[in-house]
Amino acid sequence: MAIAIAAIAALRLMGAAPLFAADAASASRPDAERKAFQSFFFAKFPKVEKDDFGNGPYAVNAGMRKQWEEIMQFPPYDFALDEGQQAWEKPFANGRKYADCFENGGLGIRQTYPRFDAKTGQVETLDGAINRCRVENGEAPLAWETGTMASIIAYLAQTSRGKPFDISIPDDPRALAAYDRGKEFFYSRKGQLGFSCASCHVVASGERLRGDILAPALGILASFPIYRSDWGSMGTVSRRFTSCSAQTRAVPLADQDESYRDLEYFLSYMSNGIPITGPGTRP
Amino acid sequence: MRDEQAVSLETTRRMTLRLLAALGLYGIASPASADDAPGWPSSAFKANKQDDALKSLYGKNFELSDKVSLETPEIAENGAVVPVSVVAKLPNVTSISILVPENPYALAAYYKLPDGALPQVACRLKMAKTTKVIAVVESDGKLFAAANDVKVTLGGCGG
Amino acid sequence: MPTIRMKAAANGDVVEVQALVQHPMDSGFVKDSAGNIISAHHIETLVFECNGKPVFSAFWGPAVSKDPYLKFAFKGAAKGDSISATWIDNFGKTDTGTAKIA
Repeated sequence: MAIAIAAIAALRLMGAAPLFAADAASASRPDAERKAFQSFFFAKFPKVEKDDFGNGPYAVNAGMRKQWEEIMQFPPYDFALDEGQQAWEKPFANGRKYADCFENGGLGIRQTYPRFDAKTGQVETLDGAINRCRVENGEAPLAWETGTMASIIAYLAQTSRGKPFDISIPDDPRALAAYDRGKEFFYSRKGQLGFSCASCHVVASGERLRGDILAPALGILASFPIYRSDWGSMGTVSRRFTSCSAQTRAVPLADQDESYRDLEYFLSYMSNGIPITGPGTRP
Repeated sequence: MRDEQAVSLETTRRMTLRLLAALGLYGIASPASADDAPGWPSSAFKANKQDDALKSLYGKNFELSDKVSLETPEIAENGAVVPVSVVAKLPNVTSISILVPENPYALAAYYKLPDGALPQVACRLKMAKTTKVIAVVESDGKLFAAANDVKVTLGGCGG
Repeated sequence: MPTIRMKAAANGDVVEVQALVQHPMDSGFVKDSAGNIISAHHIETLVFECNGKPVFSAFWGPAVSKDPYLKFAFKGAAKGDSISATWIDNFGKTDTGTAKIA
């Protein structure tokens, strides 16, 4: 009994709701923050269906949506999907396969990434898990931004299409810390232009930045990896984060830097419940 | 898996000759140069100005007609990939061409429609900057056209 | 990897064809990171045949987008017929793809 009381007291100190609250399991601070984050966007874009948030600018602008629908008749990522499936199914030199590294052979699980890895105490993205699988099986890691990595993730994303983001923050202070670091990164102003992610994707979401319509942050990672007309090729979250840092005149970090992984963790958790739409096409 | 195959150089030669035969039926006004694919109207594609491209391709002018529907976005999401769709309610359409006058070369695409082809086409084009887009449809030997304005700007994300 | 992907569907007596072709379609106006012009490299002709006859021919310049798309329709074929597409670019390279009309 004494232990229980002490535990409740400890939880109260950490800012969690009391154990006897009506919805104890989900009454965590990140969960409350997620609900507030989502409510903000539902209120800002009342005509957008919840499931459409994974379509970024196309959910919030009719002119853009029409062009997107035209392109989706035959999406340019089609080639990458085939390449990705072929690459995924090809065994490593040691005879083992990617499927051996993941539950369910890696299919239909994309929406659960990124994950907090208790062994390393760090956030592991799907990209990271793929390269870890390669290295553990004697293969060289893939480049992070495009090419085979993007093709493989395109294939895996497609097997999860329609499944809602389901990111978990386990009961581990290091996981909560990673979430908090991601949150801080998202809201901190950086670089010469002094933009935070929120400047464009929260405050100015749905508005134009020159020719582009800014996607709301809610669901923004659901469509990755993407074929951007701008790139004329596929790009992963790494490609987008580093290029966005550079374009906002901040110093781009290395691909899969801990800060980017924490950011992806935060953003994905905030999008829990939003279905995966990847792979996607964007301007 | 579909049965799609890459072709060898020898098959290229055979196909080229077949193409020449196939295209010979349609009397393309503008000749291809030695290095280009057979039938490719090279001087039309190398014309900078709309009038020169049209003269090279058809040797005549068009009249605007509401029987030609041209669908383009008002503001292109990206000038590199602009969806364009043309549908003509006209008889005996033998060709459709699409011009983008503000591009370095005015002629973007040219389609030959044999008997049986429906008078419509959709494709994706590059537009260097804000421009008119003109779809020209050849019906019973006469040219009918529709024109739209497409705004093209720099992407905000710096590209 | 085949460069031409096609979807052909019969709707009554009309066959609608969509094709997506993997090709850089370099315009010849873009520079690489070293500041050198990337030479124009684009498809010039894309010809579709069905039951031994051409059913649609595309003549393209450098203004057609990378990984180009085309949609057209024609009469005179039925479900189960085979349609083929062949492109030739300005380098003289070529490829062919086929699809069955669904």
